[in-house]
Amino acid sequence: MAIFPLPGIRISGIASAVPRGVYHNRDYEYLTEKEKELFIKTVGVAKRRVAPKGMTTSDLCEAAAIKLMHELGWDPADIEILVFISQSRDYLIPATAGILQEKLGLPKSCVAFDISLGCSGYVYGLSVMGSQMLTAGIQKGLLMVGDVSTQTTGPRDKSTFPLFGDAGTVTALTLDPQAAPMHFNLQTDGKGYKAIIIPDGGIRNLVTPESFTEEKITEGIERNRLQIALDGMEVFRFSLREVQPNIERMLQDAGKNLEEVDYFVLHQANRLMNESIRKKMRIPPEKCPYSMEEYGNTSSASIPLTISHALRDVIQEGKNRLVLSGFGVGLSWGSVYLETEKLVCPEIIEI
Amino acid sequence: MVDIHQFITSVEEEFEEMPKGALTTESNLREHFTWDSINALIFIAHVNVNYNVEITAEDLINSTTVEDLYNIIKLKADSSSPSTVTVPS
Repeated sequence: MAIFPLPGIRISGIASAVPRGVYHNRDYEYLTEKEKELFIKTVGVAKRRVAPKGMTTSDLCEAAAIKLMHELGWDPADIEILVFISQSRDYLIPATAGILQEKLGLPKSCVAFDISLGCSGYVYGLSVMGSQMLTAGIQKGLLMVGDVSTQTTGPRDKSTFPLFGDAGTVTALTLDPQAAPMHFNLQTDGKGYKAIIIPDGGIRNLVTPESFTEEKITEGIERNRLQIALDGMEVFRFSLREVQPNIERMLQDAGKNLEEVDYFVLHQANRLMNESIRKKMRIPPEKCPYSMEEYGNTSSASIPLTISHALRDVIQEGKNRLVLSGFGVGLSWGSVYLETEKLVCPEIIEI
Repeated sequence: MVDIHQFITSVEEEFEEMPKGALTTESNLREHFTWDSINALIFIAHVNVNYNVEITAEDLINSTTVEDLYNIIKLKADSSSPSTVTVPS
């Protein structure tokens, strides 16, 4: 089982960037007034940020990284690892991490690679990058996580269009023998790979003229094969089933109980889903922050964006004990317990 | 598992727009709920959080009356209850 501690790694700072453009779901003409009201109340997304055509996840991550390095007083020349986690990369080939390495002026001695994960990506990323820093003795690294999902949602698909927002984030990690160990529990169930999928455009199904043909799936759901298909019911049931035991098992391994955690930052998938998980776990509402009302489901960016949005004041002061939990596309899920102290956390950047 | 009357009360509390006393054991579910995706999710979440039972959209669609649905939930609740599990000695 992938339940393990990771000592010696500290989060020094988190920064998030979003596109300036705001889409209000009350303006979504494809839903009736009653449906809009129910959607905003239940799913919990009132508005979201939408990247203009051509703006990529890496553009958002770059802006966040420049700001964070400046506030930390970090010299780009000292950064020896950059990991980019996204399902909306700049090109099919090459990896985006190298493009960011060059744009940010990081040295050629820098390790840089991409990981293709969505909702669980932030938790996985902390584990992969932290582990590599520990084994290689790398002092400073940038974990860049985010997605521009709105370019691949169908405008006539009410199951995805009003849900997703765009964001890019950066998390600065430092090697520090004094840091309290992080504790991870990472899981996968590839049986559910079709639950969230863009079917065409990879090697399995190459792009053909038919890829662009819009199909009516059911009433209110029309999309083509280059747009994301989401089986909301399947993902909902998966999340209700798996998230709680994943977190509880991880905390057990960490020797912590729920009361010893200051905040539970869950992937911002769907307010009803997160509230159901929160109630099942008997977590008080004030310990469960949200960003999705303002920013929507921002895929891999949702955990750090929620910290930037809702916990900025407390995270900059004193010590905090956090549980972060990401779950969704893959199906892939994981949680981490970690402790922070006086993080550098600038205001959310708009570009 | 609670009895059917407590179940009805909890459902009426979950769906705020529903007047108290609107549902009976014989009520036809389709006259009170449209099983669009969001209402189905609310129901599935309610049952999961309160009774720790996983129901599916098909369970909702296949139930005609409140009692039909209650019986499905009760069956699942009873079959997963620790009291019915045989513990090897």
